[in-house]
Amino acid sequence: MSQVQTSAVPQSAGKWKPEVIIFCCNYCAYAAADLAGARRMQYPPNVRVVHVPCTGKIALEHILASFEKGIDGVLVAGCLEGGCHFLEGNLRAKRRTEHLRDMLDEIGVGRERLRMVNLSAAMAPTFVQRVSEIVSTVESLGPNPLKARGAREAQT
Amino acid sequence: MIVASPKSVTELKQLIDRHQKVLFVGCGTCVTVCLAGGEREVGIAGYGVRMARKLAGQPVEIEQVTIERQCDNEFIKDLAPAVERNQAVVSFGCAAGVQALAERFPGKPVYPALDTQFMGILEEQATWTEKCMGCGECMLAEFGGICPVTRCAKHMLNGPCGGSTTDRCEVSADKPCAWQLIYKRLQSIGQLERLEKIHPLKDWSKAWHGGARKVVRPEHRI
Repeated sequence: MSQVQTSAVPQSAGKWKPEVIIFCCNYCAYAAADLAGARRMQYPPNVRVVHVPCTGKIALEHILASFEKGIDGVLVAGCLEGGCHFLEGNLRAKRRTEHLRDMLDEIGVGRERLRMVNLSAAMAPTFVQRVSEIVSTVESLGPNPLKARGAREAQT
Repeated sequence: MIVASPKSVTELKQLIDRHQKVLFVGCGTCVTVCLAGGEREVGIAGYGVRMARKLAGQPVEIEQVTIERQCDNEFIKDLAPAVERNQAVVSFGCAAGVQALAERFPGKPVYPALDTQFMGILEEQATWTEKCMGCGECMLAEFGGICPVTRCAKHMLNGPCGGSTTDRCEVSADKPCAWQLIYKRLQSIGQLERLEKIHPLKDWSKAWHGGARKVVRPEHRI
């Protein structure tokens, strides 16, 4: 995976804003995000969408690398259970996400910064709601503890 | 193949807590196949340990390399420069690999990143089962290719013990009774008469009871 650009989200001086990556499956979440845009639905600008062919294609390393590089939260957005274009990619992603959440707890980053959502291409409102939820969770948790000390101080 | 399972990030972090520059060495053979100590697993563990150490205020520099086989000096020798520039080595090989590295580099601490489990096979995706304990004298021909030494909880050579219920072992209901399997197997290959043979006590001196074993094959020595 190429380097995660942690500066993707514009930071206004003095005020910390969480940076969240959403891994969007091509067959559902990416289309739902597109639909949300077409409908002019509002969701926090603190997110960076990474387009993947299927959530089953997301390796543990991709998410771990994101956190190591300082991202504050990760949302894995895949198809509804039973609706995966590749049959069970989203179910694999679910198991991997759970494993990673345990690992993030062990590391000290915290499981709350990573979660998975299942939706269909038509569920733009759900997409917006879940994105807002993770951004607000991460806001309440504060910056990724691995981030440079400066970011944490800027929050206060 | 040798099956192993990875230690947790917490355990790994604890193993190397006194070092600041560490070499993680993966092994490209058995432990790669059992998803415990190959190149990918070394990378994942590296992320975990680096982040955990950074959060603990003790950052660690981790160099990662995976060699073809850690149980073979031919491949280990290439590690010398990398071992030299690090304070310690964490081996993602089986316990044989860990010891091979420790012998080759006497001046460096070598730590195990895996818990070596057994010799076994892949039963289904990400599920491995034990098939051999390495007793030193294979008796599989007598038992239709099913090993009672390994797969019978009581290691009985003249089974069954009579305690199994509905084909399951009385020691653990999640395991099949090895003697039930042996009976069915011998029946299907038409060799049930083998069960009439009473096996004498096994010579365990050929197994691990006599200490670590050594195999020398003069015909292949050069």
